Amino acid sequence: MTIKPIAMRDALLDRIWRSMGPDPRIFFLSADFGSPVLDRIRADFPERFINVGVAEQNLINVSAGLALEGYKVFAYAIAPFITMRCCEQIRVNMALLSSVRKMNVTLIGVGAGYSYVVSGPTHQCYEDITVMRAFPNMTVLSPADHITAEQLLDRCLDRDGPKYLRLDAQVLPMLYENSPPDIAAGFHVHQREGTVCLVATGYMVHTALKIAARFKEEGRAAAVIDLFDLTNFNHDRFLSVIAPYPAIVTLEEGFRGRGGLDSMMFDFLGRHGVDKPLLNLGVDGSYRFELGTRTELHELVGIGVDAASGRIQEFMQNLPSVREGASGRKVVR
Amino acid sequence: MTDMNADLKNKAEWVWRETLSIHRRAAETRIASSLSPIEIFVVLYYGGVLRFDPSQPLADSRDRCIISKGHGSICMYPILADLGFFGREELEKVCESGGFLGGIPDPVIPGYETVNGSLGHGLGVGSGVAIGLKRKGSDRSVFVICGDGELHEGAVWEATMFAAQHRLDNLNLIVDDNRVSMLGYTDDIISHGDLSQRYKAFGWECRQVDGHDVMAVRDALSAMKQERAGKPKVLIARTLKGRGVPGLENAPLSHVMNPKPEVLDNLLGQE
Repeated sequence: MTIKPIAMRDALLDRIWRSMGPDPRIFFLSADFGSPVLDRIRADFPERFINVGVAEQNLINVSAGLALEGYKVFAYAIAPFITMRCCEQIRVNMALLSSVRKMNVTLIGVGAGYSYVVSGPTHQCYEDITVMRAFPNMTVLSPADHITAEQLLDRCLDRDGPKYLRLDAQVLPMLYENSPPDIAAGFHVHQREGTVCLVATGYMVHTALKIAARFKEEGRAAAVIDLFDLTNFNHDRFLSVIAPYPAIVTLEEGFRGRGGLDSMMFDFLGRHGVDKPLLNLGVDGSYRFELGTRTELHELVGIGVDAASGRIQEFMQNLPSVREGASGRKVVR
Repeated sequence: MTDMNADLKNKAEWVWRETLSIHRRAAETRIASSLSPIEIFVVLYYGGVLRFDPSQPLADSRDRCIISKGHGSICMYPILADLGFFGREELEKVCESGGFLGGIPDPVIPGYETVNGSLGHGLGVGSGVAIGLKRKGSDRSVFVICGDGELHEGAVWEATMFAAQHRLDNLNLIVDDNRVSMLGYTDDIISHGDLSQRYKAFGWECRQVDGHDVMAVRDALSAMKQERAGKPKVLIARTLKGRGVPGLENAPLSHVMNPKPEVLDNLLGQE
């Protein structure tokens, strides 16, 4: 049977629905945000489903209260609203409170990056990774296809503490239809050959793969890593994977240089004494109101395949080690 | 009943003195806000309202008491120490290195359920706890204590609507209605008008009481706890901020005022 790509949220919600029967501790709350699969949860588990209405602050607070009573809680809303409308509720009643009391809560935010293409900046979300990774005990998960999204469910159910699962609103091509992603590692290597290693998360993994394909046609190669667990990926394995590459490029659908994947990687490499040239590709500039396809919007802000390829090419040309054809390994210590 | 009246009054008087003593040692504590709800807490903990076990503060059998106006609950420190939630020696270390009783209480303190003091959170979290208890088939009650200034937080009203919609009759809100916020009288900032009418309009069962009359508070809280009629319940307890401290009581800026040490010493009968 061939698997077809579906929306991440539908894949995840279907798995949650299947888990709610055997596990009476699962509770699901929505801030008036739906999906056809959610209707099954609502119909089959009315005692453990609540639509709190358009009230994200209360969504978080009620979720916290349920988690204190031992429920494994999923709170579901549009990504910018579930992360920023109720940021202090998340801080106080999830990040802080779970540092003292046992709680298991997963925030599911739908609409990562530009996935609500024509809705503009209110509904698009380019700050959530930054905001959520600011909480030191928050797990931030950012899958790139529906298979990863559904496979992350067990991690959410099994691991106590607050978690944020950022999902794309669109149906994205599958990356793992033949072999599952390495959930335990928190990242997956798609292509090992290359003079540069592209580290991407969410939708941008697809962009990175397109860039790598384009480079291949031009006789060059780029490795691609899908980093979907932004907070608990296996550091040792990641370090050994990136060791051979002379340079790293991060790609994210978030503001560039504002504390997202780029800052995380910069900090990670620094902490481990890895001295490699690093190019950060993210949304350039500030909020934009132009309408267009997601591809057009991405080109406009510097993260489309064309724009990003050009910048990576320029970056590589300026790397002395690559130009000189050396191995380029510049691992310090 | 007379005995209980006297007992509760005596206990409230003792808590008042202890609270002043703590503030005398730790000026960072919010004294005025902590003097208005003394009788409320005394009745909850000594008046037979709450079920609790100091040796197992998080036992399933407890009623859940969420102190949303955390900053204004320094008076809970002597109560919890007296009941055995922690040693009385901790009262000597409020706001000091090595202690755990801070200027604003946190749930590292045995007896505190949640993170408090950042205002407007308790009712929503309490609503989640109340739903959780109902779904688990537990008959335990949830009490949430808010200040009236705290009711300016929008999240409180999200929870107010939610609790009524879900018929959370195991949820009891107590408003410490001292009518003074940080920078003035709440009536001058954003008036709640007739607060009881507001709660009734939101579908809540509402009672009003003199928050310093221990027996009136006890009767109201006991009746509220018993009542399970498909509605969340609120007790609006009219209180005085900074009660009993000259210059502080009901002063519009009492929240940020610290009485002089000699005033406190005088009140405590010390030289």
